Amino acid sequence: MKRRTFLGGAMAVAVVGQGSRALAQQPPIKIGMSMPQTGGLAGGGKASLLGIEIWRDDINAKGGLLGRKVELVVYDDKSSASETPAIYAKLVDVDKVDLLFAPYATVPTAPIMPFVKQRGLLLMGNFSFQVNSKVGHDMWFNNAPWGPADSWAASFLDLAQKAGGKSMALLTADQEFAQNLALTARDVAKKRNIPVVFDQSYPPNTVEFASIIRALKAAKPDIVYVASYPPDSAGILRAVNEIGIGDDVKIFGGGMVGLQFAAVMSNLGSLLNGVVNYNTWLPEPSMYFDGTKDFFEKYTKRAVEAKVDPLGYYLAPFGYAMGQMIDAAVNSTKSLDQKGIAKYLRENEHKTIVGPIAFSADGERKETATLQAQFRGVKDKDIEQFRSSGKQVILFPDKLKTGNLISPFEAARK
Amino acid sequence: MDLLLGAVVLGVLLGCFYAAVSVGLSVSFGLLDVPHVAHPAFLVLASYGVYQLNESYDIDPLLAGLAITPLFFLFGLLAYRVYYETFERRGSDAGVRGIAFFFGIAFIIEVLIIMQFGVDQRSVSATYIGKSWRFGEFRIPIRQLVAFAVALGLTVLLAVYLSKTFMGRAIRAVAQDEEALRLMGANPVRIKQFAFGIATAVLGIAGALLIIVAPVEPTLDRAYIGRTFCVVVMAGLGSISGTLIAAIILGVAESIVLTMFGASWAPAISFAMLLGVLAVRPQGLLGR
Repeated sequence: MKRRTFLGGAMAVAVVGQGSRALAQQPPIKIGMSMPQTGGLAGGGKASLLGIEIWRDDINAKGGLLGRKVELVVYDDKSSASETPAIYAKLVDVDKVDLLFAPYATVPTAPIMPFVKQRGLLLMGNFSFQVNSKVGHDMWFNNAPWGPADSWAASFLDLAQKAGGKSMALLTADQEFAQNLALTARDVAKKRNIPVVFDQSYPPNTVEFASIIRALKAAKPDIVYVASYPPDSAGILRAVNEIGIGDDVKIFGGGMVGLQFAAVMSNLGSLLNGVVNYNTWLPEPSMYFDGTKDFFEKYTKRAVEAKVDPLGYYLAPFGYAMGQMIDAAVNSTKSLDQKGIAKYLRENEHKTIVGPIAFSADGERKETATLQAQFRGVKDKDIEQFRSSGKQVILFPDKLKTGNLISPFEAARK
Repeated sequence: MDLLLGAVVLGVLLGCFYAAVSVGLSVSFGLLDVPHVAHPAFLVLASYGVYQLNESYDIDPLLAGLAITPLFFLFGLLAYRVYYETFERRGSDAGVRGIAFFFGIAFIIEVLIIMQFGVDQRSVSATYIGKSWRFGEFRIPIRQLVAFAVALGLTVLLAVYLSKTFMGRAIRAVAQDEEALRLMGANPVRIKQFAFGIATAVLGIAGALLIIVAPVEPTLDRAYIGRTFCVVVMAGLGSISGTLIAAIILGVAESIVLTMFGASWAPAISFAMLLGVLAVRPQGLLGR
């Protein structure tokens, strides 16, 4: 070896050594959050956390944020709204985290909104709905693709009206997310002169839906909008299959949480056919952006070991996207100043693995990217079928669309 | 009118299912006076056992329920022995501390299920799930009919066992006067342990019905604590036939409310009925 080569190599090793020592010596950047790991929301919470953890590992492999390692401080909120205020106070005052991610879902997020506003803290929202509408915190950014509040119901009713739907039935779970969704659905229906002929909220823990579906069927609606939570969505679809819903129904679904999770989809199998439901990411050709494929390769490997949703379409890539946005904001502002990060997030469009994201003043997405997709040709007991395109055809939004609605509902189920 | 009639029919089916998931508690809490708040957790555990057998070996859920029944009998024997040695033997505040004990067991079961199966919903497949029988315009889910028939059979079987067999009568006797039984030379602890084993064994079948009627998830036990205790107290403590009647009344009331008056009121029904019954007849419908 030449002396110059040797010296160069030795210097390089020394510099890298110094660098990694510097990375190791600096305290990590702590990102705090609560995440449902037990209780009704745990399925989503675990998948979401895995998405965030994959981002953490990726960013640390690249040298961290501002040359500092990223560390996640995570507590289980047990899917309970009563747990989160104390957890977030602890994260801020005891753990002294640098940044906050919100827990998964509306119910655990809603009670921490006044706290983060009062303390002037940035909060990266994680799939909640309308939690900032009354609080008005200007450092809130929701990673969910909902967009303007009424766009969710409006997109579903657009499809319904084009299929000839004229009257609506509304079946809603008695909890905050579903009730907020129902509220906007009623507003949109009123603006469009669509009479609501059946409007029922059912309590959590309802065991059997046959009686409710019989009552709904008797009202003879031609649009059925359902805002339900995972345990109920399966019960409702089973009852629809057994009791029938009537030949008048042009479109069924809209806001059923659970039909995005692999275990529920696999359990329900062919019962899903014909249902038009919201979604966030699907393996359709229009949904791949820079890094999407790479992310899902990593997720699929880790999901088995972590015993979480093997598909992970609904939440996991958005957890990763939260990290990507923080990465872009911190690196651009070159600081952890929360006001600076918030300003950057508000004023720029961000490239993520779930597509470009831009925020409006209320911290929700400027444009809706909530998908309305119809289940087609689904067989029983086969999770792998959902990895290929065509099983959930995207009907909305137009720029991501991969097919047209099949209507009426009974015809679409065959 | 058709709507009302349909609601009553579906309510009777639902009520029989409620009876099946409550009848074990009627023995453990009603007859033995054990504050068994982990009863619904045992029930969910049984459902996961049925799920495992159905998933791995494609065994019919009801047969799977039968297969795990002996294991649950042994589990019941063990659970009571631990409860007895730790709490009941020690004195008068056993009831209060026993509640904490069974809450602890329920929590441990929940965590073990999460560790083993994850938090996602699980369900079973069988030819009678997802189909219905049609009577003109009216359709009845077959899984509900299966649950109805099995629940009815289970409840009748248990009632006959407790009233006609030697051991069944001994269990009733220990519930009435433990001390008298001891003076007659019998071992009331062993009888109670056996009875608790029976009450837990019944959950093998009840757990199968639970997962036949709807998918299960690890925390589902919380949804059934109120309902099962309501049925048992409303029935009259320890009355098996009362359990069936109270459960049917509850099922019909819930179904009518869900169909005719709005679903939001349904959960209030069980507790309103419980309060009503206790106000008029404190000992329950068929209590002595």
